[in-house]
Amino acid sequence: MRNLGLFALMGAALCAVGVFSSWSESLQILNLCLISAIMALGVNMQWGYAGLFNVGIMGFAALGGVAAVLVAMPPVAETWAVGSKGIGLTLVALAITIAVTLFVRAKLQGRARKWATAACIIVGYFAIREIFDPAVDAIEAVDAARTGYLGGLGLPIMLSWIVGGAFAAGAAWVVGKIALGLRADYLAIATLGIAEIIVALLKNEDWLSRGVKNVTGLPRPVPYEADLQAAPWFNDLALRLGGDVISLSSIFVKLCYAVLFTIVLMIVLWFAERALKSPWGRMMRAIRDNRDAAAAMGKNVTRRHLQVFVLGSAVVGLAGAMMTTLDGQFTPGTYQPLRFTFLIWVMVIVGGSGNNWGSILGGFLIWFLWIEAEPVGRWLTETLGAWLPADSPIKDQLADSAAYLRPLVMGTILLLVLRFSPRGLIPERH
Amino acid sequence: MSFLIGENMTGGYGAADILHDCTIAVEKGEIAVIVGPNGAGKSTAMKAVFGMLGLRKGRVMLGDRDITALSPQDRVRAGMGFVPQNSNVFTSMTVQENLEMGAFIRRDDFSGTMEQVFHLFPILKEKRFQPAGELSGGQRQQVAVGRALMTQPKVLMLDEPTAGVSPIVMDELFDRILEVAKTGIAILMVEQNARQALNIADKGYVLVQGANRFTDTGAALLANPEVRKSFLGG
Amino acid sequence: MDGILDAIVLMTNFVLIPGLAYGSQLALGALGVTLIFAILRFSNFAHGDMMAFGTMATILFTWWFQSMGINFGILPTALLALPFGIAVSIGFTLLTDRVVYRFYRRQKSAPIVVIMASVGVMFVMNGLVRLIIGPNDQRFDDGARFIIKASEFKDWSGLNEGLALRSTQLLTVVVAIVVVAALFWFLQRTRTGKAMRAYSDNEDLALLSGINPERVVMVAWILAATLATIAGVLYGLDKSFKPFTYFQLLLPIFAAAIVGGFGQPLGAIAGGFIIAFSEVTITYAYKKFIIYLVPESWAPDGLAQLLSTDYKFAISFVILVVVLLIRPTGIFKGKVA
Repeated sequence: MRNLGLFALMGAALCAVGVFSSWSESLQILNLCLISAIMALGVNMQWGYAGLFNVGIMGFAALGGVAAVLVAMPPVAETWAVGSKGIGLTLVALAITIAVTLFVRAKLQGRARKWATAACIIVGYFAIREIFDPAVDAIEAVDAARTGYLGGLGLPIMLSWIVGGAFAAGAAWVVGKIALGLRADYLAIATLGIAEIIVALLKNEDWLSRGVKNVTGLPRPVPYEADLQAAPWFNDLALRLGGDVISLSSIFVKLCYAVLFTIVLMIVLWFAERALKSPWGRMMRAIRDNRDAAAAMGKNVTRRHLQVFVLGSAVVGLAGAMMTTLDGQFTPGTYQPLRFTFLIWVMVIVGGSGNNWGSILGGFLIWFLWIEAEPVGRWLTETLGAWLPADSPIKDQLADSAAYLRPLVMGTILLLVLRFSPRGLIPERH
Repeated sequence: MSFLIGENMTGGYGAADILHDCTIAVEKGEIAVIVGPNGAGKSTAMKAVFGMLGLRKGRVMLGDRDITALSPQDRVRAGMGFVPQNSNVFTSMTVQENLEMGAFIRRDDFSGTMEQVFHLFPILKEKRFQPAGELSGGQRQQVAVGRALMTQPKVLMLDEPTAGVSPIVMDELFDRILEVAKTGIAILMVEQNARQALNIADKGYVLVQGANRFTDTGAALLANPEVRKSFLGG
Repeated sequence: MDGILDAIVLMTNFVLIPGLAYGSQLALGALGVTLIFAILRFSNFAHGDMMAFGTMATILFTWWFQSMGINFGILPTALLALPFGIAVSIGFTLLTDRVVYRFYRRQKSAPIVVIMASVGVMFVMNGLVRLIIGPNDQRFDDGARFIIKASEFKDWSGLNEGLALRSTQLLTVVVAIVVVAALFWFLQRTRTGKAMRAYSDNEDLALLSGINPERVVMVAWILAATLATIAGVLYGLDKSFKPFTYFQLLLPIFAAAIVGGFGQPLGAIAGGFIIAFSEVTITYAYKKFIIYLVPESWAPDGLAQLLSTDYKFAISFVILVVVLLIRPTGIFKGKVA
């Protein structure tokens, strides 16, 4: 079958990297392929099932990442001592403000209601800031170089994968409530905005997750290489396989991750396929294909869209948490629209929108191209540059420009596929 | 020899035919009205004459010119005017701008034509700088007709011009249409208000299920007991 | 008395003037986006990078002119280069229409597909700009920097606070006024402009009236590219040119267009100023301002800043959300669904 052939090709490409470069590198690429595939599945749910355009993927992935920090990092005793009361009071103040606002809105009508709502929000904001700012300053002042933040709950990191999904689902619910039911453009713009804000928050609220100072040393669900290298059973294994312990430990760790990620991928895929084939899935696609007819039949289109939007975003959050786990660190600066939002979209479109297997293939293929683009690009510019005289200005420009060829190439691939093969490599089955 | 004739028209929007061997014709200065029950294909017949759907069989002649293959825009250039039933004015533009847009294909000075339109529809001159969307239903219909007249068409086609307007406004509209016909323009009209329309009609076509059922003068049809029983409520 | 004057000068210097300049830049950007939405009926996500592309072209011409010793006296040389930059931008934009968007127009594709295509165009443009000019900050302003220097003002007025008016700020406002006036003259008084308004109002009736849709589309792209280039150049002169910033401007520009009413040119202008002034007033540190007005003992401890400047994009977003919740058609009632 054609699809099997495509996947086999993909496997062959990964093996090629293993043979020509290193197995460790090949496995690293595989792990990120798996994560990308899960993200693509989430986005495919929104696009393929319901025709929703989410331009804010990077924000949802970042929420997953911060969940990893908040769940798994140990709590920092000093900052808790200093700031917990302030933060606690802030939450109380926030709850009070919301309660008062809702109460006021329920009791009043018309213009008075609008003014009262605005007044509540403004007064509440200032009151909260009064409590919040000093608490934040106190927290960030504690050992700023190493901690300066509240830390997490010290729970197993794999729990954060689910929490990450929950965070993303929450944000998606808010955005969806606001922007669904209006033009598709508006959802796109709203998701663009929420992603920017989420990332801005994560970069600036040092007390929460150290902002751009980053959180390193996240706990792991798999063994550490150093521990493996010291363990006698591992050394025996290395001897028997005839490889060197250090590189073998790296391969072993990555293999562990690969197994974990594959299990998650299979679970997500199973759910996604079940959903696709279920009456719910069929109804989703009916709504996507003819919204007016479905609405006329009494289907609450907006509520269905909200369900899909939240679920798809939750999957992206889950993958985001997994990715931060793999990295071992949380770096808010890496959440760029090109790397996340846009790249995932290329994966879904190229792979086959509306088809889960297509999204997985797209995830693998496009991530592979993206990663290999840099060394290949450099090789290309060096070879081309070898033809030019040594002091040619173009040579320098070419060398620098290898990085910018990526968006160019990816953009062109997207445009070409959208135009000539919009159904992708593995099209939707009707 | 009719001035405008859609002969033996058979066709529809897709696979199924809506019109079956339907013939509609109108002379210069004459008012021809197409009536019939709902779903009879009245609007479809007129749209076929205007070229908005393809004909499997039959042809449309304007004078001695076969215009069956022409697109609606080209038919406008050939001297036909069309007033759609809905969204027939530019609501955000002023009355005067609407008339200017009506004359878009003209490259000559059309101020004379505009004066003629204002003469026919004095209320438009009064409200010439008001956005068309702010006018009442009846006034908007006048803008729509005025817009179509700006190309100085030889034939004017109106799709249910009195749909949704009050009886007084309807009378006024029909008066205006009579004025337009007096200037020598052939008028083809689809109407739901059969009785009032046939009153002013020189020729009436009763369509049922896409085919001609009765064809006669307006007065004759009004007097015809079968027609009265089926479509005019006795 | 002096305190009040000082406070007024402070506000003018740090809020009013920057707000006017930024508002003009956003207004021009939003005008381009709103025009494309009115005529082509999709949100052009590539608009920010269109601005970057046009500005880049203008910068290249500016450097060329400067290297040839041509300058414009007290005005920036970029103004001389602007027509050339606009020409290049128009050419490239018409090319993208021909190569990318025309296909979807013919197919009558759903707007979402066209938006996705515009995201593709955005990344191609982004890559091209960074390829050609690099990702770093570029300064290309020259000519007189200040019209009023802060020190001169202090000498003249004897006040504590100085008022500085940069030439780029005045230029921005003047150019914006000229461009907007020209655009409105075009839309209200010329045959083609009216045809475009008619096409935006009622496409079927416009086609019936013999208006050529491809011509209308072409003029829309030409106008959008021109507006984008001018907005981008003014922004780049005023602040600096960095390719990534233009992508970030997408959010305030879309917010401005939607707040004013998507598809309504007047709305784009109003929205631009609303967003700009909101951003500037909410992120301004009012400490000094308050100190000038109240007795010493009431002086605030902190900066008295409502929101840190890091969150200035959050402001556009919040305004956008509020508008979408309360009145999605915006101020001048644009299209919604």
